[in-house]
Amino acid sequence: MSMQRPMVEVRGARKSFGAAEVLKGIDLSVDRGQIVAVIGPSGSGKSTLLRSINHLEALDSGEVWLDGMQVNQPLHGQAFERHINKVRQQMGMVFQHFNLFPHLTVLDNITMGPVILKGMSKSEAHALAHGLLSKVGLADKIDAYPSRLSGGQKQRVAIARALAMQPKVMLFDEATSALDPELVDEVNAVMKKLAAEHMTMLIVTHEMRFAGEVADRVLFMDGGVVVEEGPPSEMFRAPQKERTRTFLKKYLSA
Amino acid sequence: MDFSLMQRVFPFFVEAAFVTIEITALALVLGLVAAALAAAAKMSRSAPLRTIGTLYVSLFRGTPCLIQLFVLYFGGPQVGINLEPFAAGVIGLGLNIGAYMAESIRGALVAVDRGQIEAARTIGFSRFQTLRKVVLPQAARLMIRPLGVNTVALLKGSALVSTISVVELTYTAQRFIGSTYKPFEIFGIAALLYMIMVYAVARVVDMLDKRFAIV
Repeated sequence: MSMQRPMVEVRGARKSFGAAEVLKGIDLSVDRGQIVAVIGPSGSGKSTLLRSINHLEALDSGEVWLDGMQVNQPLHGQAFERHINKVRQQMGMVFQHFNLFPHLTVLDNITMGPVILKGMSKSEAHALAHGLLSKVGLADKIDAYPSRLSGGQKQRVAIARALAMQPKVMLFDEATSALDPELVDEVNAVMKKLAAEHMTMLIVTHEMRFAGEVADRVLFMDGGVVVEEGPPSEMFRAPQKERTRTFLKKYLSA
Repeated sequence: MDFSLMQRVFPFFVEAAFVTIEITALALVLGLVAAALAAAAKMSRSAPLRTIGTLYVSLFRGTPCLIQLFVLYFGGPQVGINLEPFAAGVIGLGLNIGAYMAESIRGALVAVDRGQIEAARTIGFSRFQTLRKVVLPQAARLMIRPLGVNTVALLKGSALVSTISVVELTYTAQRFIGSTYKPFEIFGIAALLYMIMVYAVARVVDMLDKRFAIV
């Protein structure tokens, strides 16, 4: 196992927005089938880190690797465009605000990627969508438009849409932060299901309890650096750093 | 009110209204093409293209349409551009409304939620695929109303081409003043016909708006 190359690797990631440096040299490694949760206060850089992995944010310096291929290759113009489009097809991303395409049905939201980018036939894509929707418990919504769905349902469709590309890794950017509390569990349940199937996942979250349940490893970020990381049992029960303790005290007592 | 006069001249006015429709329709097509190009230029990643787009829009929105028509029609021959009144009218009106429509199109495109673009790009769609499959279908709906407003402005503004002797509705009305001395009736008929045309445009816009509604 230790010889295996990581599925996702970030080396020395630095990123500034204007004068504010939000990533100050981050290293991160996620093994195949591993689930890593990134926690930390707002503005700690955890979302920027996640978004830099599929190049929604371009790093100022540092490298991002996916399964042995460099994501932020030093290519330019159309060559980089072609490269990044290929790489992104292998990563699923789930956003805080779902970002379903409102002009398309649930079916078309899910099948659009495989049909256009992978040349999948309509009938094959339909079967795929049906299977994925069954998995997230929404097979009956296949012909609905996103506006007819609740927030939790939207997010489950968004997860199905990302899975339709058969990604090597799933990136979750605060996937439950915009949901009403009673809808959080249905999305978490789907994520747990993926965990049970050994999907490689990188989860940025504010939910400590969920992170503790599902993650193999937890990273605590603050001020653009990884302050501390470890298995959830150690991180939540016996954090080594003062900053981690202060942060967790505030969250776990709430 | 001289109703018998109105009845007598009405057929001539209807005929003239069709010229107004024709010139508006042609200017609309030209304007939409110019607007699409200008919006694309303004949103382009190339700085020279952006400058060209910005110059076009500020020039045509920053000066009176009447002056633009005069420069084209009366000034054109000085630099070797000899246009018939009708052609000058279509080109002048089209380029003018194109500048306004460019902003309507651009406004609709930038109004599409940024998250939509991110979602499409993270699936692996190229910029062009994202524009065509995700941004444009949503922006189309957002630009119907503003473009409808532009079209109504174009239709009413087409009266300006009467000054470069295009025989359309307003020109025809003016011509009948000389022989009848009944401006109230004569311009009244012209106004009525403009209103009917504006109403028709508004109905078409409503229809398109419903047709492209996102449920």
